[in-house]
Amino acid sequence: MSLQGTEILHGVSLQTAPGEVVALMGGNGSGKSTFVRAIVGAVPHDGGTIAMFGEEATPNSRKRIGYVPQRVSAAGGVSATAHEVVASGLLGHRALRPPRDTAARVREALSALSVEDLAKHDVSRLSGGQQQRILIARALVRNPELLILDEPMAGVDLHSQVALAHALGHLKEHGVALLIVVHELGSLTRLIDRAVVLEHGCVTHMGEPPHDLGVHALPGHDHEHAHEDPPPAARNTLGLEGPR
Amino acid sequence: MSILTDPLVQRMLLVGLLVGMAAPIVGTYLVQRRMALLGDGVGHVALAGVAAGWLAGSAAGFAQRDALAVPGAVIFAIAGAVIIERMRSKGEAADVVMAILFYGGIATGVLLIGMAGGSNANLLGYLFGSISTVTWTDVWITTGLALAIVAIGLGFKSALFAVTHDQEFARSTGLPVGVLNLVVAVLAAVTITVAMRVVGVLLVSALMILPVAIAQHLTRSFSRTMYLAMGIGAVLTLAGVSITLTQNLQPGALIVVLGVLAYIATTAVTSQLRRGRTAS
Repeated sequence: MSLQGTEILHGVSLQTAPGEVVALMGGNGSGKSTFVRAIVGAVPHDGGTIAMFGEEATPNSRKRIGYVPQRVSAAGGVSATAHEVVASGLLGHRALRPPRDTAARVREALSALSVEDLAKHDVSRLSGGQQQRILIARALVRNPELLILDEPMAGVDLHSQVALAHALGHLKEHGVALLIVVHELGSLTRLIDRAVVLEHGCVTHMGEPPHDLGVHALPGHDHEHAHEDPPPAARNTLGLEGPR
Repeated sequence: MSILTDPLVQRMLLVGLLVGMAAPIVGTYLVQRRMALLGDGVGHVALAGVAAGWLAGSAAGFAQRDALAVPGAVIFAIAGAVIIERMRSKGEAADVVMAILFYGGIATGVLLIGMAGGSNANLLGYLFGSISTVTWTDVWITTGLALAIVAIGLGFKSALFAVTHDQEFARSTGLPVGVLNLVVAVLAAVTITVAMRVVGVLLVSALMILPVAIAQHLTRSFSRTMYLAMGIGAVLTLAGVSITLTQNLQPGALIVVLGVLAYIATTAVTSQLRRGRTAS
């Protein structure tokens, strides 16, 4: 797939099952955010094809996906309540007005993230973790089969990260497949079933999530050939274990 | 009450009410998208349109040389707003584009009005507003355009909120982001040309933004901010126009000054209330 004439991703293909959590990892510029943004149609591509659920991506197939963009802030220039932000998730292709059951669906999505009491709060006054849960509720209100989150823990304090991981675990238990773009697993470690590592737009690892510090995420690491793990002192960053 | 039977006063109050209610609708979307100054950039382009209309009217030999001024302003303002939107969507720095339109618009306006045989004084009514010269034709045009702004701005509120709040998410849902962005730009352009007669292009942004800024202090919901801003805008314009019926003051400037004072007062009162709540 290419953007503005530059090839960005090369034959990247992922599979998820209901209730499965897949971590999409890689260094800066590896293409992981571009990958998810292209899947959800947030960036226009000028080459290659995008397929999902066994067919070429269309507005209808994208209805089956919920997307939580990398958060700068959930707030705009004008105050907005959490209810208004979540309700905006119900709009879409040929749906410029909210459906009749908006109030009930918004309540349900907020409850799933345990933030129903924040419905009337101004999102700009909420903590980073609360804002992130509101944005997840906005994606969840679409009843997606697959929820894609781009760096959900960025800018969220440790306490809120744990609460957020718990909320995501709740979604996993209810059969929602999750694809999470992360730099580090951190609080999400226990949640992840599988990890996919991208480097220069190619998949370099797909399998077990990292359970120990390793070398795969080190800049310049050779993923092509087998190697022995370095002594623990040298393992200062996340890596991945598993057959190459 | 006899003053209210004067057709000129009726026209002034009606136009003031319509513009005061319609302008904050677009202003809410512009503030939401953090493009509060778009009105200034487009307003100056509209001024070039006024002069171009004047030039066209002179060339066509119309008895009233400014007969095409407002249509010219509408065309130029829409073109300017669309250019800003296109450049912004391509990642160009919106402030630079607006600055270029700002200077280019006013310079073109001065040049064209000179070519039309007019003087800069002819532009003053458009720069600072001239609500006391509105005709019934102006009233009908203003009514039509204001109703269109209200119908589109409120009718598609949810979709326009989604796009101005988080463009990337809106695109992922399949909303026609490009079209909706253009709708906001065109609505802004039409609002500017409608409000031009009341406060003038130099102050037109104030009528779109000030009511929203005041309403923001009083409510935390996007919808309520918009409705409240419409009410505040109507009250400000009606108050400004009413005062100038008995006082020799410039209506456009007075409306904006009243808005600034209301903003300062609201800020002071709400800050005090918040401090009191924190203390107790």
